[in-house]
Amino acid sequence: MAEVLVYVDHVDGAVRKSTLELLTLARRIGEPVAVALGNGAADTAATLAEHGAVKVLTHEAAEYADYLVVPKVDALQAAVEAVSPAAVLVPSSAEGKEVAARLALRIGSGITTDAVDLEVGDEGPVATQSVFAASFTTKSRVSKGTPVITVKPNSAAVEAAPAAGAVEALAVTFSVQATGTKVTARTPRESTGRPELTEAAIVVSGGRGVNGAENFAIIEALADSLGAAVGASRAAVDAGWYPHTSQIGQTGKSVSPQLYIASGISGAIQHRAGMQTSKTIVAINKDAEAPIFDLVDYGVVGDLFDVVPQLTEEIKTRKG
Amino acid sequence: MRIVVTVKYVPDATGDRHFADDLTVDRDDVDGLLSELDEYAVEQALQISENSDDDVEITVLTVGPEDAKDALRKALSMGADKAIHVEDDDLNGTDALGTSLVLAKAVEKAGYDLVISGMASTDGTMGVVPALLAERLGVPQVTLLSEVWVEDGTVTGRRDGDAASEQLEASLPAVMSVTDQSGEARYPSFKGIMAAKKKPVESWDLSDLDIEADQVGLEGAWTKVDSAAERPARTAGTIVKDEGEGGKQLAAFLAERKFV
Ligand SMILES: Cc1cc2nc3c(=O)[nH]c(=O)nc-3n(C[C@H](O)[C@H](O)[C@H](O)COP(=O)(O)OP(=O)(O)OC[C@H]3O[C@@H](n4cnc5c(N)ncnc54)[C@H](O)[C@@H]3O)c2cc1C
Repeated sequence: MAEVLVYVDHVDGAVRKSTLELLTLARRIGEPVAVALGNGAADTAATLAEHGAVKVLTHEAAEYADYLVVPKVDALQAAVEAVSPAAVLVPSSAEGKEVAARLALRIGSGITTDAVDLEVGDEGPVATQSVFAASFTTKSRVSKGTPVITVKPNSAAVEAAPAAGAVEALAVTFSVQATGTKVTARTPRESTGRPELTEAAIVVSGGRGVNGAENFAIIEALADSLGAAVGASRAAVDAGWYPHTSQIGQTGKSVSPQLYIASGISGAIQHRAGMQTSKTIVAINKDAEAPIFDLVDYGVVGDLFDVVPQLTEEIKTRKG
Repeated sequence: MRIVVTVKYVPDATGDRHFADDLTVDRDDVDGLLSELDEYAVEQALQISENSDDDVEITVLTVGPEDAKDALRKALSMGADKAIHVEDDDLNGTDALGTSLVLAKAVEKAGYDLVISGMASTDGTMGVVPALLAERLGVPQVTLLSEVWVEDGTVTGRRDGDAASEQLEASLPAVMSVTDQSGEARYPSFKGIMAAKKKPVESWDLSDLDIEADQVGLEGAWTKVDSAAERPARTAGTIVKDEGEGGKQLAAFLAERKFV
C-alpha cells in the first residue's frame, strides 16, 4: 500500500489534535508515515502509533527552533526522497502552509491549501476547500508530482487505529538557506486554561457589542459554563479588549466547531470567513437586521448584557 | 535601498464573488481593488523609507489583467515611487506557484534589497506567495510580521505564531510579509493622488521575463479545480426576540441539540 507522509505539529513531544485528524485522512489514502522534528520528536511516537502511524520518522536538531521554516522544509524533502509517498499532508497553520508551499516547489509538485475534507479519487486525492468566505465549495486535485495538501483543523474525526509506529531516524542535511532567518527570542503564549481555539468543539465569541475589555468576563463565563474556547471579532481585538490570538476571521483564526455562539458581532464577510463552516451557529444581537442572523440556527434579538448572563445561569442550572 | 512591494488586484470581498466557466475567479462582475492586506505592505515600505537616512526607492509590482493598474495607482498615490505591471493573456488562471515564478523573475529584473508582501490575498487567501518567493529567490523569508524594523542591512520583526510570539532577524536581501496588525495604512492625500498620475508605470509581458506560456496560466497550473459549487444557503433558523426569557429559550435550544 502507498505511504502517506504526515507532518507532525507538536510542542516538545505533545502532539496537537490537528495532526491526529490528518492521520485519519491519511489512512483513507494509504499508510501514514509521520515526520516529527525538533525537541521531543521521539516522544510523539506512542500517540501517533495509537492513531495509525505505521512509522514515525524523527530528527532532533536545534535548527528547528532556532531558524524559521526552512529547516523543516529540508527535513520534509529528505522524508519525501526516502519514502516516495503518495501524498504529503500538513496541518494548515500559518507555518504549516509556508513549509508545505516551499516543499511543493522544491519537489516539483502542486499544492492545495486549507482542505476541509479529503477523499480518494481516480487521479489521486481529491481535496474539498471552502472559498470566498465559505460561500463556495470547490473540489480540486494536484495534477503534477506528489500532492502536497494542507488540512484545516476540525476537518476529520480523531480515530483510534493502533499501528506499529516504529521510530526511525531521518537523515537530514540542512540547506544553505536553512539558517537564513534567525529566531532570536520566543515568548510562549500564556495558557488560558481553556481549549485551543481552532480545536475546540464549542467557541463563544464577542464583538464590538461587548463594549469593553472588562465586559469580556461575561463572554468568558458563558464559555466556561460550556467548556468552550473564547474568540473575538476584529473590532473587539482592535479596540484592545481581547488578544489578537483570539481573533476569528480572515486575518485571524479560522474555526469550524460543533457550536459557535456570537455575541455582539454583526457578521461582516471577513468575520464569516473564519466561522461560516461551524456546524451549529447561534447569535445574540440587539439589531434584528444584523447579517449574522442569516447564518444562524438559533438567534436571539436582544441585549447581550441581559441574554448572555441568563443563558450562562440556565446552563449551570441544567448541568446541575 | 530598493524596496519592491508586491500587490494584488482582487475582487471586492463585499461583492458577489463567484467563478467563471473555466473555474477561475470571475473578475468581470465584481469591482476590483488593491487588496486591503497589501495596503499594509505599502504602508510599511513607506515607513521604512521615512525612517531611513538612506535613499529608498519603492517600486510596486503587480501581476494581473489591465484593470490591475488601479491597484498600482492606489499604491502610487499612497506614496510609492514607481510601478511595474506584468500583464499577459497567457497568465489567466495562474496558480500560486506560477504567480511566485512571475513575481520572482520580475523582482530580479527590477532589482531589490527588500521585497514586502501582504500576509495573504483577500481572494485566494493561501498566504504562501511570500514563502514561495523567498524559496525562488534564495533569500531569507521573514514573514507574517506584526512589527518591523529595518536597519543597517538587517530586518527584524515580531511574528505572532500559534504557540509563541517570535522575534526574527535576517540580513538583506530578504522577502518580508506583514500582517494587518503592523499598523494602519494611510489614506492617499489629494497631493498624493495628483502626483501618482505622473509616476512611471512600466508594463512587462512574459517574454520580457523569459517565461514560457506553458509555465503559467491554467494549463501550467499544478492543481486542477474539478468543481465549484455555491454552498447551499443555511436553512433559516429560529429567531426569537428577547422578552425577558431569551437566555432561557436559547439554553433550551442548546439542550435540545445536546450541547448542554
Ligand atoms: C482585509 C480585512 C480583514 C478583516 N479581517 C477580519 C477578521 O479576521 N475578523 C473579523 O472579525 N473582522 C475582520 N475584518 C473587519 C470586519 O470587516 C468587521 O469590521 C468586523 O468583523 C466587525 O466586528 P463586529 O461585528 O464586532 O463589530 P460591528 O460590525 O460594529 O458589530 C457590532 C454588533 O454588535 C451589536 N451590538 C451592539 N451592542 C449590543 C448589545 N448590547 N447587545 C447585543 N448586540 C449588540 C450591534 O447590533 C452590531 O451588530 C476585516 C476587514 C478587512 C477589510
